[in-house]
Amino acid sequence: MKFVHIARNTFRESVRDRVLYNLVVFVLLLVVAAVVIGRIAVGQEAKIIVDAGLSAMTVFGLLIAIFLGLGLVTKEIEKRTLANILSKPVRRAEFILGKYLGLSLTLLVNAVVMAVAITLALLYAQGGADSLQWRLWPTAFLLWLELLIVTAVALLFSCFSSPALSALFTLLVFLIGRWSLDLKLFAETASSPATRWLSRALYHLLPNLANFNFINQTAYGQVVPWQLLVGNTAYAVCYIAAVLAAAVLIFERRDFK
Amino acid sequence: MIPALAIENLTQDYTTGFWRKRSLRALDGLSLRVEAGEVFGFLGPNGAGKTTTFKILMRMQRPTAGTARILGCALDDLAMRARIGYLPEQPYFYDYLTAREFLLYCGVLCDLPKQAAAARTETLLAQVGLTEAAAQPLRKFSKGMLQRVGLAQALINDPEMLFLDEPMSGLDPLGRREVRDLIARLRQQGKTIFFSSHILTDVEAMCDRVAILHRGRLVESGKLSDILKARSNELEAVISGVNETALAALRGFALELQPTPQGARVRLRSDRDLARLVDITQQAAGRVVSLNPVRESLEDLFVREITGQVNDP
Repeated sequence: MKFVHIARNTFRESVRDRVLYNLVVFVLLLVVAAVVIGRIAVGQEAKIIVDAGLSAMTVFGLLIAIFLGLGLVTKEIEKRTLANILSKPVRRAEFILGKYLGLSLTLLVNAVVMAVAITLALLYAQGGADSLQWRLWPTAFLLWLELLIVTAVALLFSCFSSPALSALFTLLVFLIGRWSLDLKLFAETASSPATRWLSRALYHLLPNLANFNFINQTAYGQVVPWQLLVGNTAYAVCYIAAVLAAAVLIFERRDFK
Repeated sequence: MIPALAIENLTQDYTTGFWRKRSLRALDGLSLRVEAGEVFGFLGPNGAGKTTTFKILMRMQRPTAGTARILGCALDDLAMRARIGYLPEQPYFYDYLTAREFLLYCGVLCDLPKQAAAARTETLLAQVGLTEAAAQPLRKFSKGMLQRVGLAQALINDPEMLFLDEPMSGLDPLGRREVRDLIARLRQQGKTIFFSSHILTDVEAMCDRVAILHRGRLVESGKLSDILKARSNELEAVISGVNETALAALRGFALELQPTPQGARVRLRSDRDLARLVDITQQAAGRVVSLNPVRESLEDLFVREITGQVNDP
C-alpha cells in the first residue's frame, strides 16, 4: 500500500505548489460571467453558464493534466528525488501508480470545486433551485474521467520522451481523441488502403474522448444517460489500466544515468 | 559469513553520440567485498565510477555485466531494501515538505508503522541537530542542513548497512566532525558503512579498509595499515618545554622542524638521530611527548595510484 503514501505526497505537492490557485481564477471568471451574461443574454444565462463553466473546467483541467502529468516522473528524475525513493523498498510500479493517483486526486478536488462553483452561479442566475443544477454533475464526472485518461497518456509519454515532445504528443492525443468520430469516418471513406488502415489503427489505439464531452447537451437540458455513464466509466478504467501498464513496463526497464 | 556487500565483475557501459554511437566504459570489472561491521571507504577522482557503482546498487541502473549482492540478497530484493540506508551524492529532496514531513514519508516508505516512524523522526531530528528547524520547508534549508536531513533519512529505518555517497560534501568543519562522530557511533552499534569521499583525512580517520577506483577500475584495495607504505625509516617526534637554543641544535640535523606553542614537531631521518634528539630535549629540561614512524598518507597513496607519482614533501 505504499502507493497510497506516494499518492498523498503527490497531492500535497500540488497543493503546496499552489496548483489549486487556478480555482480562484476560475471562480472569479464564473462570477463575472454570471453577472455580465445575466444582463446581456436574458433567458440564456443558465445555458451559457453551464456551457462556459464546463468548457473552462475542461481547459483548466487539461492544462493541469498535461503539465503536471508530464512532471510526475520527469521532475523526480531531474531533481534526483527518484534515487532516494528507489533505494527504499518501493517497487517502480508502486511509484508510478502512486504518482498517478496523487494527480488524479488533485484533478478530482479541482473538478468538484469547479462544479460547486458552477452550481452556485446557476443558483444565483436562476434565482432558485433547478434540475439543471444537479444535471451538470454527471457531465462534470465524465470530464474528470477524460482528464484522467489524458493524465495517464501524459505519464506514459513522460516515461520515455522529453517534456516538450511529451506535451505535444499528449495534446495531439487529446485533440484526435476529441475528434475520434471524424477519424472513424475518415477511416471508412479514405480511398487509399494504407490511409484507411492507418486511420483505423489510430482510431482503435487512441482514446475515444468524444463520448466524454456532454457539455452541449447538458446546456440544452439533457441528462447524461446512465448507460453512457457506466459504459464510459468502464472504458476509462480499462484504457487507463492499459496505458499505466505500458508506462510501468517502460519505467521498469529504464536506466537513470 | 555472508559479506555485507559483494560486488563481482561489475561493468557498466554507456552509449554516447546520436548518429555515430560510441561505447564508454564507466565501470570495468569491479570486484570487492565489504564485511559486516566494517567501515569501508570508496575512493577515486571525479569520473572514476563511484557514483555509477552507487547508482547500480541503488537500482537506478542495471549493469552491463556482473552482479552485486547486498546483505546476501539480490539488488531487487525489497526486504533487503528495508534493511539498508542510502544518502545520495547531492541530496535533493522534496523542497515543499518540512524536514519532519520528509522523514515521516521516508519512514512509511521503509515499512515503518506510522507511530514508529514519527518517534524515529523526532529522535533523528534531535540527533542531527534539526529539531528547531523541523517545521521549516526544505527549500529554506542550507546545503549543510540538507546533508543532515539526508543522513537522518538514511537512518530512518535503523539500517544494518549504510551507503553514503560523499557524506561530507557541503559541510563546514564542525559539520564534518559531527558526521565523523556519527559514523563512529554507528560503527560501535555494529553497522556496516560503505561510503565515498574526496576528503582523505576523514577517510583515513574513519575507515577499516578502502578501495581506490580510477577510470572505472579498481587500482588498490585493502587495509589502510597494509596499503599505506611506511616511508623508509623516518620518524616524527613531538617535543615540549624546550628553549630556542635546543631548537637551534635540533635544526642542525632534523629533516624538518615546525615550532608549536608548546615546543616543536620534528621529523628525523632515522632512529640514529633519535638519541641526539632525546639528549638535547633532556638537557633543555623538555619532554618528548610522542614518537611515531612517518607513514605515507592516504593522499600520497591516492596521488601515487592515480598519477603514478608519490607526492614527496
